Amino acid sequence: MARTHPIEHVEALVVVGIGGFAGSNLRYLVDLTVPNSLAATLTVNVIGSFALGFLIYEELFSGTISGSSRTLMATGFIASFTTYSTFIIGTLTTSPVLAVGYAATSYVLGFGAVLLGREATHWIIDVTPPVPEVGD
Amino acid sequence: MEPAHLVGTGGALGAVARYTVGQLLASDRFPFSTLAVNVVGSFALGLVVFAGLNSDTALLVGTGACGSFTTYSSFSVQSVRMWETGDRLRASMYALGTLGLCLTAAGVAAALVTILQL
Repeated sequence: MARTHPIEHVEALVVVGIGGFAGSNLRYLVDLTVPNSLAATLTVNVIGSFALGFLIYEELFSGTISGSSRTLMATGFIASFTTYSTFIIGTLTTSPVLAVGYAATSYVLGFGAVLLGREATHWIIDVTPPVPEVGD
Repeated sequence: MEPAHLVGTGGALGAVARYTVGQLLASDRFPFSTLAVNVVGSFALGLVVFAGLNSDTALLVGTGACGSFTTYSSFSVQSVRMWETGDRLRASMYALGTLGLCLTAAGVAAALVTILQL
C-alpha cells in the first residue's frame, strides 16, 4: 500500500465516495432515460471510456489537472458512472446472437472512445497557449 | 426510500470498496485490481439479478454498489494503454480474459441461485 498520511487517506476515501454517489446516480438517470437497458449501459460505458481516456492522456501529455481532482473524477465519478457487471448481466441474459454483437460493439466502441479521448487531449494541448513560467 | 439515495449510497460504498481494492492490489505490470473488482462484482450482481431481490435492495446493492464497484472505463483505458505500450499479447489476454471470467462468474451466480433455490 502507498505510504500516505492517514488524513490524506481519509480525504481520498471521501472524494471517491462523493464521486461514486454522483456517478452511479447519473448512470441510473441514463438507464431511466434510454428505453433499452443494453443501449443505456453501452451509452454510459462509451461516454465514460472517452472521459477517462481524455483524463489519463491529459496526465501523460500535460498534467495540468491536480491529483485530488483527478481522483475525484476518475476513480470516483467516471469509474462509478461506467459499469462492467451490468454489461455482463446484459450480455448473459440476451439472445446468443445479440449477445455476441453486443459484447463486440461494447469492446469496439469502448476502445474507440479511449482513442478519441487521446485525440481530444492532443487537440486541447495544441490550441491552448502555454502557461508562462512564474519568474520568466 | 428515494431511489437516488439508494443508488447513490450503494454507489459511494462500491466506489470506496473499489478504491480500497486498488490500493491493496496495486501493480504496474497488470491491472489485477480492476480484473478482481469486475469478476467479484459480476458474480454479486448475478446473485442480485437472478435471485430477484426486491426493488429497493436491487437499487442499493445492484445498480448502486455492484454497478459502481465494477468499472468499464478503467478496463478499456488499461487495455488500450497496454496495447499502445507494445504489450499486445497481454492486452488481448486482459480484454478477453475479463470477458470470459466475468461471464463465468455471473453464470456461477445464476447456477447457485437455481441450486440453492434463492
